Amino acid sequence: MRPQDLLIPTPAGLFCPQGGFHIDPTRPVDKAVITHGHSDHARPGHGTVLATPETIDIMRLRYGDGFAGSTQAIAYGEAVEINGVGVGFHPAGHVLGSAQIAVEAEGLRIVASGDYKNVSDPTCVPFELVRCDVFITEATFGLPVFRHPAPAAEIAKCLQSVTLFPERTHLIGAYSLGKAQRVMALLREAGYRRPIYLHGALETLTRYYAARFDLGELKLVRGATKDELAGAIVLAPPSALKDVWTRRFSDPVTAFASGWMRIRARARQGGVELPLVISDHADWDGLIATVAATGASEIWVTHGAEEALVRWCELRGLEARPLHMVGYGDENESDDDAAGTAP
Amino acid sequence: MNRFAALLDRLAYEPSRNGKLRLLTDYFRNTADPERGVALAAMTGALSFRYAKPNLIRTLIAERTDPVLFALSYDYVGDLSETVALMWPSAAAGSLDSPALSDVVSTLAALGKADLPGQLARWLDGLDEIGRWALLKLVTGGLRIGVSARLAKTAVAALGGRKPDEIELVWPGLKPPYLELFAWLEQRGEKPTSSDVATFRPAMLSHAIVPDDFASLNPADFAAEWKWDGIRVQAVAGDNAAGEHVSRLFSRTGEDISGSFPDLIESFTFAGALDGELLIVRDQRVQSFNVLQQRLNRKTVTPKLLAEFPAHLRVYDLLVDGTEDLRELPFDARRSRLELVVQRLSQPRIDLSPLIPFADWEALARARADPAGAGAGPDAEAIEGVMLKRRDAPYVPGRPRGLWWKWKRDPFVIDAVLMYAQRGHGKRSSFYSDYTFGVWATDADTTELVPVGKAYFGFTDAELVEIDRFVRRKTLNRFGPVREVVHDPEDGLVFEVAFEGLQRSTRHKSGLAMRFPRISRLRWDKPPKDADQIETLEKLLPVDDVPISASGEGATHARKGYDKH
Repeated sequence: MRPQDLLIPTPAGLFCPQGGFHIDPTRPVDKAVITHGHSDHARPGHGTVLATPETIDIMRLRYGDGFAGSTQAIAYGEAVEINGVGVGFHPAGHVLGSAQIAVEAEGLRIVASGDYKNVSDPTCVPFELVRCDVFITEATFGLPVFRHPAPAAEIAKCLQSVTLFPERTHLIGAYSLGKAQRVMALLREAGYRRPIYLHGALETLTRYYAARFDLGELKLVRGATKDELAGAIVLAPPSALKDVWTRRFSDPVTAFASGWMRIRARARQGGVELPLVISDHADWDGLIATVAATGASEIWVTHGAEEALVRWCELRGLEARPLHMVGYGDENESDDDAAGTAP
Repeated sequence: MNRFAALLDRLAYEPSRNGKLRLLTDYFRNTADPERGVALAAMTGALSFRYAKPNLIRTLIAERTDPVLFALSYDYVGDLSETVALMWPSAAAGSLDSPALSDVVSTLAALGKADLPGQLARWLDGLDEIGRWALLKLVTGGLRIGVSARLAKTAVAALGGRKPDEIELVWPGLKPPYLELFAWLEQRGEKPTSSDVATFRPAMLSHAIVPDDFASLNPADFAAEWKWDGIRVQAVAGDNAAGEHVSRLFSRTGEDISGSFPDLIESFTFAGALDGELLIVRDQRVQSFNVLQQRLNRKTVTPKLLAEFPAHLRVYDLLVDGTEDLRELPFDARRSRLELVVQRLSQPRIDLSPLIPFADWEALARARADPAGAGAGPDAEAIEGVMLKRRDAPYVPGRPRGLWWKWKRDPFVIDAVLMYAQRGHGKRSSFYSDYTFGVWATDADTTELVPVGKAYFGFTDAELVEIDRFVRRKTLNRFGPVREVVHDPEDGLVFEVAFEGLQRSTRHKSGLAMRFPRISRLRWDKPPKDADQIETLEKLLPVDDVPISASGEGATHARKGYDKH
């Protein structure tokens, strides 16, 4: 069997004809295999969903009980067989419950890695390297300018700012699934003991995380007094940073935890005063190290800066091609009023 | 270098002046000598070494990266230094050997041209992304982090609870790394003394007068002068211990701008300190500020520039005569001495700003309304109002209350339509507070709004909230942080915009640039179709106006480094 017969890029997502399933489908399908809970990968309305228990929980929290016809939970290290195609789940290190999916038939193994990172994260199981024939990689930060610094150093930068501006609220924009909770855990690792305040949109998922990880004392911004919030650290979805919601804070320092913050123009354009380069995606060095270590002879590049990664593979004598998948990218990189007046 | 890099990085993103001051003071407090002194020198422009050219940086990165990957990266990032800083191959973790800023600067000063590439590469190897970015900014000669020399000095002053003017007084005698300055501020040493004969004295500034103020003021207590629309400067000269004549020209904030005005400096054959206005005078006639602008901020002073824009100094105060400090004397006494000094000096490029005789406030109001008829003649074009100075007032640095008043001529006013709005920074980060507005332009068959300016102040906090609500409700399009708002003949928001003057500009689509535009009123009552036409503005243009170039010397930038009253 040729790799391109086992998995085919279609407008609905990667499709396995023999198994009859899609991976991270962008529109409702019969059988969906989901890598992780971010809204661009995990959408509601599928017939059946195969995913890790955490991803299924997260989808239920986001979309409600009827988000799929039926669900099947599968743990890391386990595999199921669908019409003679093996489907195995391995940790991707991206967010809680995130998985790489190993698709196997007739001795051919393709790993669809979804989104991944190969650096430590206190809020999820570390990335596991899976050797394979074809590795499907994301390329969100697929340019050599993206090299993420140590997250601890970025958190230290934030805490230093809190010390220097003790009367200003430090408002950190962070994606509501994974990044926000990772930032909370990193703050605790750095010894920050004061309550961390949350935008209401982060409440549900953070509560789910807090049941598994020690995130310290968490409070909602809603109900807190202006005095209490002066000098506090507040986490909010990125869209809320520019919203009227921020008017309740005194002279806030606007921070944003994202790999995009590596690029100055990006940070300035968003009005960010304290960019924190903390990413849940592999950086350039992480991408190329992983691509090389999988032993794959063929690399398929999905979403992001495909061109540069394909070029790098070619320089290394690896066969590589961009899949030109659409519909994937940063979740909640949405319009500036998306958070509306949510508390 | 790492601390300095972290400081630059943070300053580059910090929008507020107070925030910048806090960051700077914190740095100076927690950084050892000589690093902090070298950093201060870098920020005050006191360092001199041969800058690296962009081509050198390109060559270095080309030797280390794939050209295609570099091109893709540069295209994405859009800034050469930043791209190189980010994609420079990093040394193995833990092997970083970060150079000290002081070593970098002293090495650069001594380094031959041929040795620069190798040395630069070794430093880049030893730094992380932020460190490399800061180093490249330093060696290419453009920190551009929104910190003026004055701001850096203010931050240093705060270290010892001093006023920035106290730093200015001792500054001319100091050299990097300013060990004695920091020792004094930290109460470890004596106040540095300056043996320099041509030092800057902090300027005395005025308050804007409002109509209500006149009732409590007696005309007999005041002298009046024209308020010149030029650049406030201080001319200082004297003979040093070696018998050499030293001449300097300072901006209002104490920046030494002598290098840009060699033609004027030649005339400083006096000893003392003169306070006055820098103007361009052609054929005995003072030119408008638009003309002066074309002389300002030029990096190189060419003979052609000197010939076309001859610099002139019109003086109105005398702070030091010979070595005698006159600042404690009343205005009238200083004025008499000044008249003698100028007469004795007999330099064609230096003359006296005349007093305006007036009996009462009504008479002065008439002079203000018609400077040409009140003795200013053709120079009236360079007059932007009148100054009132208490006859018994000493020369007090800073902006003392009640001694000097400025009474500017009324601004121009037009009605324009809000077209685009952009979010502000800091406290205004959730508000659409920067506005682009336009007026109607009609050609053969179409009538459309053309943008004529931008303003981000003039309105109250309550009005800001109203405008913000309007912008959010009436958004047509979004471009990053910018929103296009409804601007139809029948639907839209009309601003009354006040501004100080108008000139031609090639950098704006309308071909016009406003000076100091601000929103003076919100005209919710007025439909956009009743806003002004472009012809109304064009009539306000000075007759002899020459377009300012698009090469970066537009109206809004013209006074960088130079300040008005």
